[in-house]
Amino acid sequence: MASRYGSKHRRYLRGQILGRIFLFAMSIVFLLPILWMFTTSIKDSSQVMAYPPIWLPRPPKWENYRIAVNAIPFVLYLRNTVTICFFTIIGTLLSSTLVAYSLAKIPWPGRNVLLLLILSTMMLPFPVTMIPLFVTFGRLGWVNTFKPLIVPSFLGNAFYIFLLRQFFMTIPGELSDAARIDGASELGIFRRVILPLSKPVLAVVALFQFLGSWNDFLGPLIYLQSNDKYTLAIGLQMYRTTNYVEWELLMAASTLVVIPILVLFFFAQRTFIEGIAITGIKG
Amino acid sequence: MRKTKQEVRTTLMGLAFASPWLIGFVLFVAYPIVASLYYSFTEFTGLDVTGFVGFGNYVHMISKDELFHKSLYNTLYYLSLAVPLGLVVALVLALLLNLKMREISFYRTCVYIPNIVPAFASSFIWLWMLNPEYGLVNLLLEKIGIWGPGWVSDPRWSKLSIVLMAQWGAGGSAMIFLAALQDVPRSLYEVADLDGASSWTKLRYITLPMISPVILFHVIMALFGAFQVFTPAYIMTSGGPANSTLFYVLYLYRNAFNYGKMGYASAMAWLLFLLALVTTLVVMKTSGRFVYYQGEER
Repeated sequence: MASRYGSKHRRYLRGQILGRIFLFAMSIVFLLPILWMFTTSIKDSSQVMAYPPIWLPRPPKWENYRIAVNAIPFVLYLRNTVTICFFTIIGTLLSSTLVAYSLAKIPWPGRNVLLLLILSTMMLPFPVTMIPLFVTFGRLGWVNTFKPLIVPSFLGNAFYIFLLRQFFMTIPGELSDAARIDGASELGIFRRVILPLSKPVLAVVALFQFLGSWNDFLGPLIYLQSNDKYTLAIGLQMYRTTNYVEWELLMAASTLVVIPILVLFFFAQRTFIEGIAITGIKG
Repeated sequence: MRKTKQEVRTTLMGLAFASPWLIGFVLFVAYPIVASLYYSFTEFTGLDVTGFVGFGNYVHMISKDELFHKSLYNTLYYLSLAVPLGLVVALVLALLLNLKMREISFYRTCVYIPNIVPAFASSFIWLWMLNPEYGLVNLLLEKIGIWGPGWVSDPRWSKLSIVLMAQWGAGGSAMIFLAALQDVPRSLYEVADLDGASSWTKLRYITLPMISPVILFHVIMALFGAFQVFTPAYIMTSGGPANSTLFYVLYLYRNAFNYGKMGYASAMAWLLFLLALVTTLVVMKTSGRFVYYQGEER
């Protein structure tokens, strides 16, 4: 019996050591492109294509960041991107919470059918609605404005509605019943009971929506046509001409795009993890 | 009588709260679906419908348009590699990240971070990583004596490059699998240990069946995403070289926004919709034998 325990323990140790080596190697593989992006961004153009590769240029050419920001209207594109992010977050928080409340807390007969309908729209490929939407927004004169990217968020997003609904379902009904007895209206219960209890999931939705807008490529590509309206996602292509790429500038700009996300991740790690956990429930 | 009045009030209240989505549904889902179906039977420049062609767009697509065939082939090629590979990579990562170690959260962070890098940024990063002459990948391969291929500049490697690059974001799915792994009741493993089950047996007969609903969900979402692969091809290769990365949605996009053939593009969109739907249904139907749902525990 003792020997069996011993061999088991040895196996456990072997697993730990092999696992560690593998995980460590994996971590390097996964981080390497980000490191390579960063070191390229502080290289002189003569070092970018040096052989053997230079890992840490000395002295680092921080100047690249200034050049990169001035080479294209970076600040303007940053402002455009942040504007879109800001309004889509507001829109999603306002609309998706209301719809989720209807699905989770108001016992009306059609709500389960509605939930199914909402979930099924998630299986609709974007190209199917893309063309009529473009045509319609065009007729409204909204093409080349931020409106096609912002306005839909004020009318709810299926994924966030589902996320919020799952969370609202976990809030005990007694709380809203108590408020109802005290004469609170549905809107009052929603605002004073449900929303204050839902701060963690609201943070998850805001975070995901921020990432969604910050990372969106196809939307801005279709709707934003003049180059003073671009977002960072579209603007980054301007570091390329037809046959030449200024890699150190492109990588400096990419670093600037990635940094806010990394900072957000480190500050909001718990929110990310909660988000993943809630998303996981969907399985 | 009072009760019915109450019910009517509740229903109205429910509809009122749901109204943002209901309006959005009509404007941004229902109407566009119908309109796009209509456009798919027409010649449509984006401004005017210049002719009703019946099934003409579909017939042309299937019988004549070689670029369409190419784009469909490219997408199916991508999908049939990226989805299984993505599943295996994410599962292996999740199993490793589920090991009990003091510094495990460090590894989890490292593996997860690339998943939140925007697709457009990672396309640029990998374009540079995979540069045939100066990219880090080929420089490192050379160190171990391998002469790396031209990656995205070589038609034989370009699709594979995008498949491999997609694995960089596997950390997101790995985290979802990890959450599922942590939900598997420990008692099951304890019982198996008493019976002297090997690690492989436990993986095969406990872990995988217990997380199979999450696997199914992942496969469906991955298929859905793979059908619509667009950004890497748009940024890294513009569909080239030799149309080797001209994926379905990229060709659709070009028809709609570069060639002014919005009717044709709408027909392509509808065919994509049907393809995705049929694939999903087939996966759901055939998965019944493999997916295990725990009773009504939750």
